[in-house]
Amino acid sequence: MILYHLNHLRELEAEAIYVIREAASQFERPALLFSGGKDSIVMTHLARKAFYPARIPFPLLHVDTGHNFPETITFRDEMVKKIGAQLIVRYVQDSIDSGRAKEEKGANPSRNMLQTITLLDALEELKVDAAMGGARRDEEKARAKERFFSHRDDFGQWDPKNQRPELWMLLNGRKSVGEHFRVFPLSNWTEMDVWMYIALEKIDIPHIYFSHEREIVLRDGMLLANSDFISLKPGEKVEKKIIRFRTIGDMTCTGAVDSIASSLDEIIDEVSASRTTERGTRADDKRSDTAMEDRKKAGYF
Amino acid sequence: MSDFSSEGYLNMELMRFTTAGSVDDGKSTLIGRLLFDSKQIFEDQLEAITKTSNQKGFEHVDLSLLVDGLKAEREQGITIDVAYRYFATPKRKFIIADTPGHIQYTRNMVTGASTANVALILVDARKGVLEQTIRHSFIASLLQIPHLIICINKMDLVDYDEKAFNKVVDEYRHLSSKLDIKDVHFLPISALKGDNVVDKSTNTPWYQGPTLMYLLENIHISSDENHIDCRFPVQYVIRPQQTEYHDYRGYAGQISSGIYKPGDKVKILPGGETAQIKTIELFGDMIEEAYAPMSVTMTLDRDVDISRGDMIVRENNVPNMSQEFDVMICWLNTTKLQPGGKYGLRHTVKDARCVIKDIRYKIDINTLHRNEVEKEVGMNDIARVCIKTTVPIYYDSYRKNRHTGSIILIDEATNETVGAGMIV
Ligand SMILES: Nc1nc2c(ncn2[C@@H]2O[C@H](COP(=O)(O)OP(=O)(O)O)[C@@H](O)[C@H]2O)c(=O)[nH]1
Repeated sequence: MILYHLNHLRELEAEAIYVIREAASQFERPALLFSGGKDSIVMTHLARKAFYPARIPFPLLHVDTGHNFPETITFRDEMVKKIGAQLIVRYVQDSIDSGRAKEEKGANPSRNMLQTITLLDALEELKVDAAMGGARRDEEKARAKERFFSHRDDFGQWDPKNQRPELWMLLNGRKSVGEHFRVFPLSNWTEMDVWMYIALEKIDIPHIYFSHEREIVLRDGMLLANSDFISLKPGEKVEKKIIRFRTIGDMTCTGAVDSIASSLDEIIDEVSASRTTERGTRADDKRSDTAMEDRKKAGYF
Repeated sequence: MSDFSSEGYLNMELMRFTTAGSVDDGKSTLIGRLLFDSKQIFEDQLEAITKTSNQKGFEHVDLSLLVDGLKAEREQGITIDVAYRYFATPKRKFIIADTPGHIQYTRNMVTGASTANVALILVDARKGVLEQTIRHSFIASLLQIPHLIICINKMDLVDYDEKAFNKVVDEYRHLSSKLDIKDVHFLPISALKGDNVVDKSTNTPWYQGPTLMYLLENIHISSDENHIDCRFPVQYVIRPQQTEYHDYRGYAGQISSGIYKPGDKVKILPGGETAQIKTIELFGDMIEEAYAPMSVTMTLDRDVDISRGDMIVRENNVPNMSQEFDVMICWLNTTKLQPGGKYGLRHTVKDARCVIKDIRYKIDINTLHRNEVEKEVGMNDIARVCIKTTVPIYYDSYRKNRHTGSIILIDEATNETVGAGMIV
């Protein structure tokens, strides 16, 4: 009886590929927002599958905060070379230098908010009308109502009251001049699905997702990787620990977890036994209960 | 969550369900309970809702807090949109389209129902079947949700009385006899206490049936797709600009229905040319049999001029092809449907324009009566209309095929999706 039935990962894959092909068809200048994290790596993989044997028919856009893990950048460059994709990089540092963005003060400046400015500027400069992202609805409450095709006004803002109903899989990407869309093909995936899919498809991911020894600073209950971007506060010290990362963002706000999981199977077992959410390791979400929603309205996602 | 084994995950099925109930019937509590009892709640989330429950002065942890949404709505205290939630058991991964029970939000339920395999309809055991219950069931039948589960909730408040349960079941059977419902189940539950949600209740010894979770995990959904009528809307034509693939033409898309194999003789609509399928592939892997909802790429044995919006079907089984047909439309926008008005139309991956030729009747969704006199169609109304399109549409009736029988209407001035239509 199971004969003509897809398992859940293949069904999610088919859905995501459908959405990516729709974005490529309905918009003039789509781009895939590439962060170097596992979700955007899975997105890139799905985009390859969607158009194979042709190359991905839109560029990958990376907003480089300057606070990336060096491993992310190495991985990005190797991946792009291997698959023959077009990569466009825009730098938060350039936004700061040109006065468009102002660096936060303090021992732990985060460039998370600044990233939005660089991103929106890049979308305008490149005339991108559909920015595809790897965001998932399970990540945070504010995302539970997000659409596959998420409408943004000409300021890049998201208005929760003004989103189009999405019925069946009939996606409506019509827009007026100046408006654009965010497109989320992985909407229906969970963190677990992403890990399972990476294992199923044997997708390469940066090795910092696997357990390794690293210099760590314990700050506000988070294990931060020691780097040039972090200056120690009084009483803080650097120690060596066996850790891995569950998400990869900026070095200043991505917390590591104690882990000895060194293979995908071990990670999947660890994630399934885990009692905290993935975003629990992100300092940017700890700021307030509605932090994510506020950033989302401002155009971060 | 800890029951996954790394080998087992490939056998999980995806099941989509929607929830409906009147305000305060216990929908949020039930969803919170499903998430909680299936151990999908993380410590940081539990901490957050425990804190909020304490602040509000509740003596128990309010599980419904797990499922509330955006800030603005939280402040207003109502949910006004479809929210999607996820949980998984070792057998299935579930996607819940959670829609609020407010009277005016028919459109949300229609949206949530459009992709659902199952509808959970909540009834308060004390109140019995209400107008809203009928409305929810009508929408479920209109949208052809294959399975319906009627959860008779708050059984704890009627002392888990069998007679109270049977009374609601009888009422429901009587009132829903006019509806086209294929598969319906009744469950006595208490979302608050957990009876018959995940674990079998000792309070209802008279009830021999399954728990809600058992049903959700075991209802047979693999035959919900149509595997008979072959329909493949071409979504994207792949023409690599690389020398090694100079002559490659791949027709990419998601299969709506039917089973395709290499070697099959096919017909391409609207042109009517015939060809043979050479390969069905994805990322270099050759597929022996392709069926819904796979996303694949097909190549054909000869060159045919095919573009996005065309449909590849079998020679001896073609859809209807017409520029004029009737649809049951659910109106989604505050601006009313304009008789004689022109709209953008989307059907599978095809764009067209259409004009509303006639409004046949409007349905009173509480009494299910047809109103042929007062035919103004506003937000949340459901009506049967006749439309005429600028180009031929290749369709099946919605009853036969949810993918090739559905359309949306788009306001050409605002670009908003204003109508959801099921082709009669
Ligand atoms: N006694 C009892 N109360 C319930 C049950 N389910 C929900 N409630 C209560 O009914 C009220 C409304 O529940 P809620 O889940 O918010 O309803 P919704 O509006 O349908 O989402 C809350 O006070 C719940 O605690 C139940 O099974 N038994």
